[in-house]
Amino acid sequence: MALPGLALLLLFHYLPLLGNLIAFQEYLPFVPLGRSAWVGLDNFAVIFNGDAEFLNALKNTLLITLVQVVFVFPAPIALALLLNSLLSERIKRVVQSVLYLPHFLSWVIVIAIFQQILGGSGLINNFLRSHGMGTIDFLGNPDGFIALLSSQVIWRDTGWGTILFLAALTQIDPGLYEAARVDGASRWRQLWHVTVPGIRGLIILLLILRLGDSLTVGFEQIILQQNLVGRPASEVLDTYVYNNGVLAGQWGVSAAVGLVKGLVGVALVIGANKIAHIFGEAGVYQK
Amino acid sequence: MSVQGIDDGPATSSRVIKGVVLLVCCAVVVVPFLGVISTSVASQRHVTNSGGFVLWPDGLNWDAYKAIFNGGVVQRALGISVVVAAGGTLVSLAGSTMLAYALSRRGSFGQRPILLIVLFSLLFSPGLIPNYLVVKEFGLLDSLLALILPTAISGFNVIVLRSFFMGIPDSVLDSARVDGAGDFRIFWSIVLPLSKAVLAVVGLFYAVGYWNAFFNAMLYINDTSKWPLQLVLRTYVINNTELSSGDLGGAAADQLPPQESIQMAILVVSLVPILIVYPFLQRHFAKGMLTGAVKG
Repeated sequence: MALPGLALLLLFHYLPLLGNLIAFQEYLPFVPLGRSAWVGLDNFAVIFNGDAEFLNALKNTLLITLVQVVFVFPAPIALALLLNSLLSERIKRVVQSVLYLPHFLSWVIVIAIFQQILGGSGLINNFLRSHGMGTIDFLGNPDGFIALLSSQVIWRDTGWGTILFLAALTQIDPGLYEAARVDGASRWRQLWHVTVPGIRGLIILLLILRLGDSLTVGFEQIILQQNLVGRPASEVLDTYVYNNGVLAGQWGVSAAVGLVKGLVGVALVIGANKIAHIFGEAGVYQK
Repeated sequence: MSVQGIDDGPATSSRVIKGVVLLVCCAVVVVPFLGVISTSVASQRHVTNSGGFVLWPDGLNWDAYKAIFNGGVVQRALGISVVVAAGGTLVSLAGSTMLAYALSRRGSFGQRPILLIVLFSLLFSPGLIPNYLVVKEFGLLDSLLALILPTAISGFNVIVLRSFFMGIPDSVLDSARVDGAGDFRIFWSIVLPLSKAVLAVVGLFYAVGYWNAFFNAMLYINDTSKWPLQLVLRTYVINNTELSSGDLGGAAADQLPPQESIQMAILVVSLVPILIVYPFLQRHFAKGMLTGAVKG
């Protein structure tokens, strides 16, 4: 009974793993797989010799990860704390329903909506124009690209991200608040000494998992907007693989970069899992 | 309820601030939707006068929708997206439930290794280039199957289904077996009917995934006559390619509504299915997510 599902998984998940062999070949698209010449580690040269385009993609990837860990990651925590402090269950539910919604939209829709608001003839620039002010180029500005990406992620996923934190907040023993109040703790002190320690484990866990994904940042999101800001500012490892492999035909080199990225990713996740265990957290392997 | 204590000394000022912050958060989500829908139904004059984006329409004008449902590129893409989402969900549910059921019964053949295969698939992805080559070697380029088969089985959903199936008591299934029911009979007549709620959630998650899939389509489908809606959206809305009457199934001389209205109408069409299933999704997802996360 397991057969159909297992077959699909093997054919489209595990068989492609073997396809990574072309990272060691001079792959030609019209020669049958496995007939191409073996070239050893030649394709990895771009990585180890520090090819400028590759280094740029790596730099952008790490920069985006850093910015998102600092600015995007805390957003759901702040929102969850805010929602949790509401007294009215009904208001809380309405707000949640509204804020969860964008998570279910595709990146194409999210970016189309952003263009309507921030684009040249969008809401904000229309407003500026009609009030005699200059327009702002939000979408084609290479310096603002990471901010644009981050604001899109915040818009789409912050509400959704609160689910786990809200669940963790309900697990906190109400008696702890009682005790803190008796000891004369203000609401801010209760937040600091009871609430934050109560969800610290989850925060650390998710942070470590996020770091395990350091080399993977918003692929669809970036590829959709790349032609507006240009490749120097927006190329990340995933788009590098796509642009140089599928589009420019450098199959072997791109596969090599993809393979190294995948291996580093697995190593980061496993390492992250180890660290999580040190912090006494179990079961990190769910996504 | 449990954390009400945190709000004890009710300071009015902090309540007002909270209210304002939440109101702004909600507005940031709602206002763009409102604008998109308004622009799609506003009159031509209104759209042109306000520079292409309308927050509140001056009336209801369905010209943009009439234009895109004229048998052209948008209507065809909509049909393809519906077929892929419906067919894909069926394939995914069939494959995933059977796999999950087999993994949920103790002592079934090869349970341990198969479970590991499913779990490891969550951990890494093979990479873009090898995926592309496999789809190509199977001759699936420009086939709608390329949009379905590679993403048909989500390890995460299999785990969610499995943990639900494990909650069904063995005694129920044993009594059916005593009555002479075979494995498939038990699965079809007992397990699935008992699992309607989780099937609905997982099915909706798969359906939303297929509906939203953009990158696979861009990668595998070059033939524009097989484009799903997300690619049409990318080309005509994000890249701002002008739609002609010919693209929309009309005569070349036909007068079209403003491009902005047409673009927003395409956007609305791609949003509607999500908005329809959203209430159903919303009712169950928190529970479903947590089952998966806790027991996985």
